[in-house]
Amino acid sequence: MSAAVEVQAVKSAQAGHDWSLWMRQIRAILRIEVRKNFWGRRALLIYLLAAIPVLLTFLLSIIDNEGGGADIRRNWASAQEAFAAIIYNGLILRTVVYFGCAWIFMNLFRGEVVDKSLHYYFLCSLRREVLVAGKYISGLVVSVVLFTLTTGGSLFFLYYARGYPANVNYLFDGPGLTQCLAYAGITILACVGYGAVFMVIGLFFRNPIIPALLAYGWEWVNFLLPPLLKKISIIHYLHSLSPIPVSEGPLATVVDPTPAWISVPSMIIFTAIVLFLASIRIRKMEIRYGNE
Amino acid sequence: MESQISNLKSEIVFEDVSKFYGEILGVNRVNLTIAPGITSLVGPNGSGKTTLMNLMTGLIQPTRGRISILGIEPSDPQELFRKVGYCGQFDSFPKGMTGYEFVKSFLSVHGLSNKEAEEKAWRAIERVDLIDAAHRKVAAYSKGMRQRIRLAQSIAHEPAVMILDEPLNGLDPMARAETIRLFRQLAQEGQHLIVSSHILHEVDKMSDRVVLINNGYILAEGGVMGVREEKMEEHPMQITIRCDRPQEFAARVFASDSVVEAALHEDRQGLFIKTRNADAFYQLLNRVVVENGMNIESVSPVDDDLNAVYHYLIGSNGGGQS
Repeated sequence: MSAAVEVQAVKSAQAGHDWSLWMRQIRAILRIEVRKNFWGRRALLIYLLAAIPVLLTFLLSIIDNEGGGADIRRNWASAQEAFAAIIYNGLILRTVVYFGCAWIFMNLFRGEVVDKSLHYYFLCSLRREVLVAGKYISGLVVSVVLFTLTTGGSLFFLYYARGYPANVNYLFDGPGLTQCLAYAGITILACVGYGAVFMVIGLFFRNPIIPALLAYGWEWVNFLLPPLLKKISIIHYLHSLSPIPVSEGPLATVVDPTPAWISVPSMIIFTAIVLFLASIRIRKMEIRYGNE
Repeated sequence: MESQISNLKSEIVFEDVSKFYGEILGVNRVNLTIAPGITSLVGPNGSGKTTLMNLMTGLIQPTRGRISILGIEPSDPQELFRKVGYCGQFDSFPKGMTGYEFVKSFLSVHGLSNKEAEEKAWRAIERVDLIDAAHRKVAAYSKGMRQRIRLAQSIAHEPAVMILDEPLNGLDPMARAETIRLFRQLAQEGQHLIVSSHILHEVDKMSDRVVLINNGYILAEGGVMGVREEKMEEHPMQITIRCDRPQEFAARVFASDSVVEAALHEDRQGLFIKTRNADAFYQLLNRVVVENGMNIESVSPVDDDLNAVYHYLIGSNGGGQS
């Protein structure tokens, strides 16, 4: 037995817990996973996906739509609504963050099973629950960095199009900064919630695409669902936090938004439950690459 | 009671262990106790060697029974892998890493500090003689180098138990000899080495004991000679003797109960003996030689090696590959 590992274990046991060891292990997992997620071949798709809303907002910001309502420079109020409904809600949240998180988090375990490299973690002196935590946090770091940048980049071109000094005034003397922070917060919360869901899907299903698409369908038809079912979704809580109310269309069931003091803790509790499920699952997980 | 606990903490124990993959049998009713030293798992492809190794390391879980590795259950990886290192057959690696990064990264995951991880990584890489290639990407390594870096990764945290699935695969003869020497050295240091291999003459050379397995069942376990002796009744030992008066020698030894068959070589310069009691036969041989002043050129057992044991127990010829 390695003397160093033993000494550390004894020290931890004397302290009555293994937290310092687990923190070191999570940091080590983070170093491996974040690097892989940012620089691996699989990352290329995510970069492309994350760039779409920014490019689109950039194009909208430079197109002079004569007399059209969509021209950001002429009609700021409708531009903000269009941004909230189409760019942010429709494109960033429901598409980029959703599929981006699906790709990042489902690959945390499933990708390693496909690459036949998960066993290296399983062969370390590491509690599998700590592995779940480390992998989840690494996915979170990558998704939050990328999609917050996507949100920020899109907002940048929205404000850029409005022109100086109106944009600066709106940002710092008006509600602009609060709105931007709210968008960033919603993006982070979406990564937290969707990330946990997709990590569990990746652990439970050999082919996670089908459950991911079913979940996508559920999130999309959310506006049609009766009030109680509507609350069994992530998108409902994210919508509730939107700084600019988004209309769900004439067919939508009208439900009062859930207040932030309920939405945010609910999402965090939901995530904790999902991660707990992942921990149970991974304790029973076997390495049988031949059957994958 | 105390000695039982102490044994449990120094041995690897399988108690009535079975593993089924759905309807397919992996291993069945395995009862096995493995002491320190080199133990080789020998059997044809699909016999259950890798299943046993994966069970020991918790990569798969038994359908029934209990496993204890030095008193630790495989379901507790945090404790288990402080004492166990596993070099599996999976020839795959995390993408984009150099050999050094591969070994060091997973030492960090064990919980070692950066400095300790660096030191141990270099020590392990040096032991498998890959220092010069340590900063090259693993993807650019040859098969033998990949095998060696996996070995380095499995020994880097200095485990007391090393489980090695076909560790000699892909190695050139020099590297094989060097690796066997490393195994012997580790065994002398008091470590457990559980090795599976197809190369029977190498297993024979390095193992303190063997476990023969086929179709998921343990057929025999123990020292090669011990296992061979167990099979003496069904398969008498064959010995070739080259001497100056083989006919006279045959007549004298055939009178003994220990000899079941004696046949002259075609060139009439030697004979072929089958015996169920090798020790008694060798004593008889000495007596006959001294009493009759015979000139013995050579005495060589034909089937007291692992190859023969494998052949008798499993049926096909071990040869070199099975």
